[in-house]
Amino acid sequence: MTPLLDIRDLDLTLDGRVRLLRRVSLVVETGSIVGLVGESGAGKTMVSRAVLGIEPANARVTHGAILFDGRDIARLAEDERRHLLGREIAFIPQNPMTALNPVVRIEPQIADVLRMHLGLDRVASRARALGLLNDVHLREPERVLRAYPHELSGGQRQRVLIAIAFACGPKLIIADEPTTALDVTVQKQILRLIRELQRNAGTAILFITHDLGVVAKLCDHVAVMHGGRVLESAPASQLFERPAHAYTRALFAATPRFDRPGELLQPVPVALSERLNREAGLLDRNLPGGGRA
Amino acid sequence: MPASYIFRRLLWAIPTLIGVAIVVFVLVRVVPGDPIAMMLPPGATADDVGRLRAMYGLDAPIAKQFVAWSGEVLRGEFGNSISLRDKVSSLILGRLPATLELVVVAVAAACAFATVLAISAVFFRGRWPELAVDAGTGLALAIPDFLWGLLFILVLGVLLPWFPISGRIDPTLDFDPATGFYLAEALLRLKWNILGNLLSHIALPALALALPLTAALTRVLKGSLIDVMNQDYVVLARVKGYSRTRTLWRVALRNALIPTVTLTGVQFSFLIGGTVLIEHLFSYPGIGNLAIAAVTQRDLPLIQGLILTFAILFILTNLLVDMTYGALNPKVRQT
Amino acid sequence: MKRFISLMRHPRIAFGSGVLLLVFIAAIAAPWLAPHDPLEQDLLNSFQPPVWSGGDASHALGTDSLGRDILSRLIYSARPALIVAFIAALCAGILGTALGLAAGYFGGPIDSAVSRLVDIWMSFPSVLLCIVLAAVLGAGLHTVVIAIIIIDWTRFCRVVRAETMVQKGQDYVASALTIGLKPARIVTSEILPNVAPLLLTLFTLEMGIAIVVEAILSFVGLSVSSGVPTWGGIIQEGRLYVNQAWWLMALPMACIVVAVLGLNALGDGLRDAIDPVKAR
Repeated sequence: MTPLLDIRDLDLTLDGRVRLLRRVSLVVETGSIVGLVGESGAGKTMVSRAVLGIEPANARVTHGAILFDGRDIARLAEDERRHLLGREIAFIPQNPMTALNPVVRIEPQIADVLRMHLGLDRVASRARALGLLNDVHLREPERVLRAYPHELSGGQRQRVLIAIAFACGPKLIIADEPTTALDVTVQKQILRLIRELQRNAGTAILFITHDLGVVAKLCDHVAVMHGGRVLESAPASQLFERPAHAYTRALFAATPRFDRPGELLQPVPVALSERLNREAGLLDRNLPGGGRA
Repeated sequence: MPASYIFRRLLWAIPTLIGVAIVVFVLVRVVPGDPIAMMLPPGATADDVGRLRAMYGLDAPIAKQFVAWSGEVLRGEFGNSISLRDKVSSLILGRLPATLELVVVAVAAACAFATVLAISAVFFRGRWPELAVDAGTGLALAIPDFLWGLLFILVLGVLLPWFPISGRIDPTLDFDPATGFYLAEALLRLKWNILGNLLSHIALPALALALPLTAALTRVLKGSLIDVMNQDYVVLARVKGYSRTRTLWRVALRNALIPTVTLTGVQFSFLIGGTVLIEHLFSYPGIGNLAIAAVTQRDLPLIQGLILTFAILFILTNLLVDMTYGALNPKVRQT
Repeated sequence: MKRFISLMRHPRIAFGSGVLLLVFIAAIAAPWLAPHDPLEQDLLNSFQPPVWSGGDASHALGTDSLGRDILSRLIYSARPALIVAFIAALCAGILGTALGLAAGYFGGPIDSAVSRLVDIWMSFPSVLLCIVLAAVLGAGLHTVVIAIIIIDWTRFCRVVRAETMVQKGQDYVASALTIGLKPARIVTSEILPNVAPLLLTLFTLEMGIAIVVEAILSFVGLSVSSGVPTWGGIIQEGRLYVNQAWWLMALPMACIVVAVLGLNALGDGLRDAIDPVKAR
């Protein structure tokens, strides 16, 4: 069976010189959750942007392919990509505070995808939007539909964004650190919500995060990135039990664990980072995207 | 935006208007040069001057004159024009519609041009359309509207005689309007040939007024569009499956308009000042043209009335700009 | 001298100072440059076209409705233009700079008073203010100058105030204070020289604005008396006869456009050359 998303040897190059991604390979099976972990600047977000076709204007895919349902979408014409996005591939952004259009009420922001991709009319899209808000457990969905984004809390907005992502029943959702901007208590609820919706709809999720705790709880499969490369990729259980790469072990040592309270945290050794960069042929100035993951 | 806010703003306008009235009244009365003497033929006696002065109430002490004048103003009377021998209020009201139509056409044209130009510049970022827009706005801003008006007269009125260069309507046309709003009336009564004639007359003065405004609007709008295009919600719109064009028009534009209205609101009220010159240039029968005539004739009652009219127009324009801002920005609307 | 040559390498500065020099020469040497007396009428030879559209060589740019030589009138018009531009820009600059320095240096109530005044001032459209002033003061060159000063001092004031506040935070002002210099001394000998390059730019731009304002006021008949040639006055006359003799309006317009674009280029060029940080 062909995997849902199959990224093969992907290179993303900035201005024809700086390589943001080098030979990245990653597989997301239908209905599974794949975690993509790494420090800031590892290239996680660049992978998601390349899949969505919203890489920086001066960046180009120079090698490899992104196969979605067996079709290469890395070099898709804008028009064809448009019919894929929002319908088959959806996105949950990192910061719910800035991801909703501030001058438009919530209803049209959910209804637009329903109308565009499913061809629903006004009444039908409104009913479906209400249903979606119920699915993401928002209280008073009627009021939320009429609200402007600034009238909702961060958690409420993230639920709206999750509703938008699931609106057209996509096969794949890319979630870019969907909980980092939220309070810890809200984080847990949102993760539980994503898991619940994912199970019900059978959606595959590419979950980008730097939080290994989240990965352990949520993901079936994990890929570790550093310096624009995938260092290690394994089923979650195997990775946590027997991390193969020195960097993965260093990353674990730098993560707090609830089952071992009081343990000293170890920063990722500088020497290791530098060695990896040298291996990758990366100089510091070539590190991707101004500190953005 | 609640009605009480608008009401409060209107209340605030009253002291401003009183201030303007006092300043203008005093200023006009301390001027050297005697308008009364200018009215009479050279052989007039001192007696004649005195009688005329009494007739216009210019012989009383200045404070008393002011009280009398403001009493009349409150009743909607601005006194009688010295040079045109008619009531100031009816002179102004007769000319005001022409100016309002000119301003509305110019502002509408400027907004439409600026939107299209700014969006094209952002859509073709880094390619020739953006460079052309940047160069064009630079040139439009470097040359003041007075010179643009002259240039249009020369090029589009004389060298290529495509447009009439003076007046508001061809006087030989059979059109007898019930109001001063010729354009609106021709449109509502479906008189197409008259509408066409009116539009050809208003084209050049409106364009001369609109050009610097277009340039200023385009610059600000383009800048804020570029800012907005990097916002997360614009990226989300793309990921939802919006095309580039649709993202620009439907998502980015509405958000970019908010800072644009704030930054260019002043320009709209300056446009009213701009009409003074442009109307004179194109012999367009509005209050701006009247103002220049009043000043050159030193027609004191008319000048006072006109300046108060301009002050009211400024206040209303500013209010309109504020309300637009409120309508565009839901955060303001609800507080 | 070296500095001068390096400045001339900027094309905008070279173009702008070339234009300014040209106007300056025309104003000073008008009696020698002009082929005719600008007031000399010749009613038999009115509306002569310029020489390239078949006119007579003795009137290179043609004649006006009274048969006066246009070239001579254009050359003489440089005088009022330059006088107004220079005096008005200078006085507006001095007034604005003084208030801006005071507001920026002393801050507090002085600053808030000046800033409030500037805000009110700038919310009033300049064309109207100008016309009211002209009505009050009567027609004449002095009116034009005063009107420009009264309207445009705010341009200098705002910029100088902001710049003074920046300079005040610099170390050199602090050290001047510790050696016991008086505020007036610090402002004139420490801050002013640092604001000077900016002032030069503003002054150049203001001259361009003043030339346009002078033309506008002559055009509406509120500047010098009609006998004295001015660009705006010639335009106004040309507007009346534009259908018979379009060049009558076009030629003075060209003078103004070139002068204004030149001064703009000079101002922008100086700003970029002097302060690379502010270059846009």
